[in-house]
Amino acid sequence: MNNVFVYCEWEGTAVAEVSQELLTKGRKLADTLGCKLEAIVAGADLSGVESQVLPYGVDVLHIFDDKDLYPYTSLPHASILINLFREEKPQICLMGATVIGRDLGPRVSSALHSGLTADCTSLEIGPYEDKKSGKSYDNLLYQIRPAFGGNIVATIVNPENRPQMATVRKGVMKREVVSPDYKGNIVRHKVADYVSDTDRVVRVLERHVQKAANNLSGAPIVVAGGYGMGSKEGFDMLYELAEVLHAEVGASRAAIDAGYCDHSLQIGQTGVTVRPKLYIACGISGQIQHIAGMQESGIIISINSDPAAPINSIADYVVVGRVEDVIPKMIKSYKQNSK
Amino acid sequence: MQKLRIIVLAKQVPDTRNVGKDAMTPEGTVNRAALPAIFNPEDLNALEQALRLKERFPGSTVHVLTMGPGRAAEVIREALYRGADGGYLLSDRAFAGADTLATSYALATAIKKIGDFDIILGGRQAIDGDTAQVGPQVAQKLGVAQITYAEEIIDVTESRITVRRHIDGGVEVVEGPLPVVITVNGSAAPCRPANAKLVQKYKRAKGRQERTEGEPYAHLYDERPYLNITEWGVADVDGDTAQCGLSGSPTKVKQVENIVFQAKESKTITDSDADIEGLICELLAAHTIG
Repeated sequence: MNNVFVYCEWEGTAVAEVSQELLTKGRKLADTLGCKLEAIVAGADLSGVESQVLPYGVDVLHIFDDKDLYPYTSLPHASILINLFREEKPQICLMGATVIGRDLGPRVSSALHSGLTADCTSLEIGPYEDKKSGKSYDNLLYQIRPAFGGNIVATIVNPENRPQMATVRKGVMKREVVSPDYKGNIVRHKVADYVSDTDRVVRVLERHVQKAANNLSGAPIVVAGGYGMGSKEGFDMLYELAEVLHAEVGASRAAIDAGYCDHSLQIGQTGVTVRPKLYIACGISGQIQHIAGMQESGIIISINSDPAAPINSIADYVVVGRVEDVIPKMIKSYKQNSK
Repeated sequence: MQKLRIIVLAKQVPDTRNVGKDAMTPEGTVNRAALPAIFNPEDLNALEQALRLKERFPGSTVHVLTMGPGRAAEVIREALYRGADGGYLLSDRAFAGADTLATSYALATAIKKIGDFDIILGGRQAIDGDTAQVGPQVAQKLGVAQITYAEEIIDVTESRITVRRHIDGGVEVVEGPLPVVITVNGSAAPCRPANAKLVQKYKRAKGRQERTEGEPYAHLYDERPYLNITEWGVADVDGDTAQCGLSGSPTKVKQVENIVFQAKESKTITDSDADIEGLICELLAAHTIG
């Protein structure tokens, strides 16, 4: 009772990486609170799933295995969580801020009348005093997230309602195995006890999943372009630099809104979070929303004609100049100096 | 052919995509006055899907439901200009300070008041909160199925609807029952522009709070009932004030901070050949690249 729960997404053959990142965070929260970490996996053909979940320090794994649970549809998964949570009364529930988590989380929170905070970038435990009622609370989950288009950061708490629910994007938390043979209990539930036939009303007719066109979130070097690239053609220069450096190309929201490149390349709070060893920001002014998605990069180079661009304050190297002059010189110099 | 009763959920939002320096106060709070109020972009995508259904199924109706202050009636006018049949503005002090759960309670209560529906459409999320929660929460409160991240409504039959939706790394086509709540993704078709004739017809449409005493054309509102935008408070929709606004919101904002990033000591170089070569050689020597 009153444990920390993580809803793990089943991708057909494996548990999603974001779920394992949340298990790692959930383990830390459970340690702070002195409670257990429990995980839920709902899907089809789940044999062997425990080896992908328990090593992250999971004390209890709830398995729901049924052909109708994969591919994901909203109602059966929602009913599982709603009914399980009514029995188990978790104090915290975490899920990925994925298409699935953002479809499922609100439905569950509405049914349980519990607060849900979307797209948290940090989760901590701490006290809270409600100035209006004068009541104070210990050990609440601080759900910290950017708000207002990423211009401010808000700390949200759910003082009275349980579970305290939060979603987190992929790549925001770190994934760490506690022990490959961590001992946890496995509970295999009878799905019919949780899911009614009326939940099985939406059918997936077709499904096309492509391997991601880019590997931005895991790339060791990222070359990112902003509004300062000037045009779609300007972005070609970035692809050239990325090719010689074996890097991935990313972009700021401003560049995407201007139509210079595809949405999937967006780095920032509402896009992909990256932590490369080298980040080259080209013509990016550095709105908060962008910086939040790349500030943990190892070395940051900013190429900008404006010496006062906000991103320069977090850069290790600032090249003051026009991108169209600097980038070709970098390519040339790299070709000459690398063996 | 069937006639669909469609309700579009729309929100007036501050344009957070174009936040200038003056939009934030030195204390780190938002200066709302400096941000223009706009029709939430993905709600426009939702409106377009609704208007397409209305064209495909003649006799169908599209009504817009929004919650906000008196000036949010602008969203309804914008929808009327594009082809919606009417709208409802939920406006009451008791709704203020609502989180997504209290918002969905208010919207679901209003929808019950409007009556039977076949399809509720709304944007996937609003740009001032980016939560994507209200659609699924409204669906749960109405006890109907939900289809989120929709890109296109492919087909509607007597009791079923087929929708193409965005998923992580791809697309899928799902078929679900009616009635249903659908949230529409920004990758769906953009909304048609305002129609000049409809602008002429509806430009004086107003909600109760927008009316002023001694206004010109006051007689029009009696002669042309369609110019009166329906405005409802908590009591009009038989709402429970305890579930509305701040008191109906389980989430509380503990604090709000301006974002301050740890500044680094940076090395500034010029765009000269020598400086750039020096930088590249430094990175190569450290095995950062190469």
